[in-house]
Formats: sequence, C-alpha cells, structure tokens
Amino acid sequence: MHAFVPFAAIISSSLFILALMWMSHPSTARRGVRAGEIGMLIAIIGALVQHEVVDYNLILIAMIAGAAVGIPMALLMPMTAIPQRTAISHAFGALAVGLIGAAEYYKHAHAEYAGSFVLWALMFEMLLGFLTCTASVIAFAKLQELMGSRPVSFAGQRVVNGGVALATVVIGAMLAIDPTQTYLFPVFVGLALLFGILLVIPIGGADMPTVIALLNSYAGLAASAMGFALGNKLLIVAGALDGASGFILAVIMCKAMNRSFANVMFGGFGAVVAGAAGGKDDRVVRSASAEEAAMQLENASSVVIIPGYGMAVAQAQHKVSELYQALTKKGVDVKFAIHPVAGRMPGHMNVLLAEANVPYEQLVELDDINPELPQADVALIIGANDTINPSARDDPQSAIAGMPIIEADRAKSVFVIKRSMNAGFAGIDNPIYYNSNTQMLFGDAKDMVGTIAKELAGGGSGLH
Amino acid sequence: MSALNPDYLFVFILAAFVGFQLIKKVSPLLHSPLMSLTNAIAAVVIVGAITITGEEGATPLAKTLGFIAVFCATVNLVSGFMITDRMLKMFKPRGK
Repeated sequence: MHAFVPFAAIISSSLFILALMWMSHPSTARRGVRAGEIGMLIAIIGALVQHEVVDYNLILIAMIAGAAVGIPMALLMPMTAIPQRTAISHAFGALAVGLIGAAEYYKHAHAEYAGSFVLWALMFEMLLGFLTCTASVIAFAKLQELMGSRPVSFAGQRVVNGGVALATVVIGAMLAIDPTQTYLFPVFVGLALLFGILLVIPIGGADMPTVIALLNSYAGLAASAMGFALGNKLLIVAGALDGASGFILAVIMCKAMNRSFANVMFGGFGAVVAGAAGGKDDRVVRSASAEEAAMQLENASSVVIIPGYGMAVAQAQHKVSELYQALTKKGVDVKFAIHPVAGRMPGHMNVLLAEANVPYEQLVELDDINPELPQADVALIIGANDTINPSARDDPQSAIAGMPIIEADRAKSVFVIKRSMNAGFAGIDNPIYYNSNTQMLFGDAKDMVGTIAKELAGGGSGLH
Repeated sequence: MSALNPDYLFVFILAAFVGFQLIKKVSPLLHSPLMSLTNAIAAVVIVGAITITGEEGATPLAKTLGFIAVFCATVNLVSGFMITDRMLKMFKPRGK
C-alpha cells in the first residue's frame, strides 16, 4: 500500500492537468470536474496511507465537519453570489496554507534549520497565505456589501502600505535566518494579515474581477511554496496550475481595462470624483417607453444585448432570458455581447445568463461582436456603463482612454436601460446617452425588461 | 534539507508552462467555473494538513492548526468541485 504513495501524486497531477484541459469547452468541461475530483480523491488516499500518519481521528472529524459545511454551501449558494463565494473560498484556502506553514515553522524552530531553504520557503508561503486570507475576506465583505464597495483611502496610504510590507518581509527574513526567535513569529503573522487588508481596502468594486483573479493566483503560489517547503511535488504542480490560471485571468482583466497591475492595485482608480464635464446640461437626452422599445425590437432583424453589473444587481437575468426567447420566437437574431470585465468576476455575466437558460452560443466576446455591431439594428444596454463608453475610444483625455469597449454606439439604434443619469463606477460622463440614435429607458432593469418581454409576448403586432 | 532541490524548481517551471498553455485555451465563457475549479484543485494542500495533523509525535499546537487546515481545505474542495459542476451544468447549447 505504501508503494502507492509516490504514484498517487503522479496520477493526481495528471488528472489535474486533464481537468484544466477539458475546461477549454463547455461540452467537455464537466468531464474536467470529474477528473479533478478523482485526482483529489487519489491525493487524499495517498496522504492518508503514508507511514507517518498514525492518528486518524482528528483528520476524519475535520473532514466530516468540512463536508458538512461545504456540501450545503455548494447546494444552496445562489448563482448571483458566485463572486462572493469565490472570494471567501480563496480566504479558506489561503488560511489552510498559512496554518500549515505555521505548524511547520514551529517544527523547524530550532537552530539547526537556521537559514535553510525550507524556512525561506515557509516564510514566503505564509506571507502569501496570510495576506491572501485577509485580502480575500475584505474582497468578500465588499462583494457581499457588508462594506461599501467604494475605495477606502487615507492620507499617506502608500507610505503606510509600503512600511507594513517592508516590515513583514524584514521580520520574515529575520525568522528564516534565526528561527529560534519565536516571539517574532506572531508579529510576522499579524503584519502579513494586516498587509492583506491594506492591499484591498483601496480597491473599488469594478476592479474586483482583477483582484479576485490575482488572489486566486496568490493562493496557488502559496500552495506551490508549501510544496517546496514540504518537498511535495503534487502541491508544487497543483499550486503552479492555480497560480498560472489566476495570473492569466488577471492579465486578461487588466488588458480589458487598458490598465497595469500596479495601477489596479495601487491606483485608487475609483477614487476619481465625478468630474463634471462642461456643457453637460445643454445636451438632450431622449427617453422612450417600454412599448416603443418593444416595437423597435420586434421590427429589428438583429439585436445585440449588452449586459453589465447592473443586470446582476437587479437580478434581471431571467427577464432578459424571457426577452431573448420572445425575440427569437419572432425570428429576431439576438446575441449577447460580453465584456471581459462586466460584473464582479471573470465570466460573471456568462454564468448568470447560462443560469437563465440562454444558450452559450449566443454569448459573444468583445472582439467578435464589435465588427457585427454596425449591422445590428438595435443595441440594448442593460446595466452596463463604462464598458460601452465611446469616450474610451474617442477621447484621449478620458480617464478610461484606450480601454477596449463594446461599440454599442455603432448600432443603428441604441436603447439604454438605466435607473437614472448618474455616472458609472469610474465616475466618467458617458456621451453615448446623448447620441441622436440613443433612447433611454429609465427604470429598474428587471421591471423594464420584464415589461418589454411581456409586450412582445402578448401584444405583438397589435401595437401598430 | 538546507538548499533548494533543483528538481522542485524543474517541476514548478514545467507545471507553470503547462498551466499557461492550458488556461489560454479556456473559453472566456467558462472563466468563472475555471476559477472555482482551480480553487478546488488548490485545496490539495489538504495533503500537507493531513500529515501535520496525523503524524507521529505531533504537538497539540500542530494538531490544532492541522485540524483547522484540514477543515478549511475540505470545505473548499467539496464546495469547489460541486459548485463548478453546478455552474457547468447550466451552460447549454442551442436547442436543449
């Protein structure tokens, strides 16, 4: 049975790689989950049958308790809470990593380990683990709206953050060089936890996709570092896969906002106060009714729907799906344009629309939909703002200049469902609302879309 | 024990390259489930937690820390895999 242990790691690693491979397409993705589950099962069995493990009671109790929490969490979690769930799971994962690191540190807190590679790896692991833990808790609190999603900033923030970061690293290094200074250890842990908090409080809600991806990456790297410290190749592989995944997603998110990592993490972007653009008041906004919108949508041959975070907030996805069904039944070609940073985590809009039974072929990426927009009869914007702001393309002075946008303004006519004329997250004026081909539908996204869908399903041509 | 074993670095680099190549191919449709799947996979740290909790001569402190770590990792891997599957189940092609 013990001969199984090294092979368990190889089989698990291979299955994890297959799991990611199969995630490439919705048709094979569920097979990927199966592969991951089997890989995990083999890894756990491999760990349990090790020579060193002699006491199973605590392990089994912890696993049963964990399953008792995890299973209901997985079954009851509404899909709208996926970003929060992801954030809190990063916190759990990172806490586990940090605590294992702490236990290992106390095992190695003797003079003979001074300056050893194991200690350096452990310190690095704990730094990442503990900071990711509190950073993820803050991200969770912001997403769950336990805390305002506006950035928190104070005078000298960068100096304080830099100081805390430096102190954490210095104390970590002192412990790696001389691990017998155990009194420093709680200070190190406390500073790493504090640094995590400081890192995320200045980041606003719309930057959450990048932050969550980055924390995903950190959690992976921490697991890898633990693999280095424990000499466990399975952990190194799994951590590297997770780290690579989070990193790539974070890069995609940054590119989709035309910003750098540094700018997201330290920019305090959302702190930009709505700068009143000159001449705002003499521009005319045209508003329309649900009936008028329904009529135009019905007579269109192609419609592009552009959802944003507002759709998620209003929980309008099911009504949007009804609208999609009604239009499709009337022979209208309906596509959804998905901006990479729409929502609060990568892929957020896709999950919501899939939940509402919109077929995934209709969900189109930014680069693929833009060439089609000039031919579209109607672009219907639901709760999106900055991701369709033409000034990102046209105005080099704009705070979001250069950010790739969905070019909704190029459609023949544009409808915007919006609660009021308030500026979006970035606090930037959006000229699309004043274009001559734009009509505003003021109201709650869910009610408005529901009314339009009802008009289409019931009234039909009787409107004319 | 005192220096870096180059084998580990070798494994890390290869795994990172494989990871980059694979993740680049994941459809943006599935970025949310991808994130929850990789999170579940990273819960393999449970392996380390099991060793710490159950090994011979573990101190009460190590057992306590290990216990919490096993608990956290189990929550993550159970809910991670299940939620990923729940999300993926919803992605249906046209006509289904």
